[in-house]
Amino acid sequence: MRLTCPFCGTRDRREFTYRGDAVGLSRPASTEWGPDWDDYLHNRDNPAGETRELWYHDACGAWIEVTRDTLTHEVAGSRPVAEARR
Amino acid sequence: MRYSGFRVLAEGLRGQRGWAPVWRDPEPKPEYDVVIIGGGGHGLSTAYYLAKTHGITNVAVLEKGYLGGGNVGRNTTIVRANYFLPGNQEFYSHSLKLWEGLEQELNYNAMVSQRGIIGLCHSDGQRDALARRGNAILAQGDDAELLDRKGVERLLPFLDFDNHRFPVYGGLLQRRGGTARHDAVAWGYARGADRRGVDLIQRCEVTGIDIEGGVVRGVQTSRGGIRAKKVAIVVAGRSSQVAAMAGMRLPIESHVLQAFVSEGLKPVIDNVISFGMGHFYISQSDKGGLVFGGDLDFYASYAARGNLPMAEHVMEAAMSLMPMIGEARVLRSWGGIMDMTPDGSPIIDKTATEGLYLNCGWCYGGFKAVPASGDALAHLIATDRPHEAATKFRLDRFATGRGLMDEEGTGAQHNLH
Repeated sequence: MRLTCPFCGTRDRREFTYRGDAVGLSRPASTEWGPDWDDYLHNRDNPAGETRELWYHDACGAWIEVTRDTLTHEVAGSRPVAEARR
Repeated sequence: MRYSGFRVLAEGLRGQRGWAPVWRDPEPKPEYDVVIIGGGGHGLSTAYYLAKTHGITNVAVLEKGYLGGGNVGRNTTIVRANYFLPGNQEFYSHSLKLWEGLEQELNYNAMVSQRGIIGLCHSDGQRDALARRGNAILAQGDDAELLDRKGVERLLPFLDFDNHRFPVYGGLLQRRGGTARHDAVAWGYARGADRRGVDLIQRCEVTGIDIEGGVVRGVQTSRGGIRAKKVAIVVAGRSSQVAAMAGMRLPIESHVLQAFVSEGLKPVIDNVISFGMGHFYISQSDKGGLVFGGDLDFYASYAARGNLPMAEHVMEAAMSLMPMIGEARVLRSWGGIMDMTPDGSPIIDKTATEGLYLNCGWCYGGFKAVPASGDALAHLIATDRPHEAATKFRLDRFATGRGLMDEEGTGAQHNLH
């Protein structure tokens, strides 16, 4: 599996660390524990198919959002998390 | 038909003409007391214990493919009870005891082989940790022996004891641990359930779960609707998809765990060896293949196959531990789909829907759990109270923060186990 860093280009999977579902970008506004925090930390759609997830490019230090198919490992695209947040 | 050595002999003399199909292939009935979604090891053992222990025989097991075609057919067949934390300890202890009586009980040769499992240590600190774990296992009532380097040498003379990075200081041996024949476990439970009247319905995919007013009423399937008083979801590997049919979002992310088997060799590894520092473990099947594996690939996947970096890592760990393995050739590899929970421990619980039960989140430890998981879920379905060996496998432990079972001590977060 090869992933594309928006800054460095397509690289071997070994250069990246998986950082979980892209739900990680949607931190709840509340400072109180509640179902929103439980969903944020624990519960997942966990799709069999297209998913959006966060990877860290160890080589350059970029956090990226990757769109990938969990059934085929096909990578559809990636972008910096700063863009994904917008 | 009862199986025995005499039977094998007699059928051999009669040209093998007396064997009958091991289970029926029934049409689904319109209604059952209990519908179990998933005909893998856990679903089949649940059906068996519902019928045997609780006398509930109006039960259907619905399987979208064929019996035992999922993770129970894609694992490394290891059986053990060497957990550290309360919750896991009593559960896996119960499971190992069920394994020990399984073949007599089922009248089925599951090739349960208590050949001993050895976890290795490579530093003084690790040895202390193993001693602590061993004491916890002894306090639980199971067996554990701390081996020094000489003790390991006697059992595993082929290890690279003076490896510069991971010299072998000793190990923790559980003699009652070992392996079993994975397919036979599924088949044995299937036969036992079928003989007690359970309908095993293959090629029957559940497409919906019928819920009215917060109460489960049945399921929709590729072979029509089936009404049920109670429904259990036992589909590790696809738990999120099936639970979504009941409007649930689970604390699970699916990952791939790879395993490998070599060509058949003469007996060389007598025990199960766990090389934790290399995320590597190995045993030898009765057919002669070296069965070994490593850690998760560590990304979400339903592909049932992994990528090369982890394959490379596993081979490197194998070469570090036992250089002789370089002489063997890898025959094939596969990947299992793991229901990973945030704390690395499973879930057997009721749900917010009355009559709907959930058995999932087995991470990479589902095989050894097959007997106790079925026993515990059957108890929960029959009595609506948790089995005494599985009181802590609660679905709400992540939301409440109470009763987390994080064996690795890394935190109850996804992607850490």
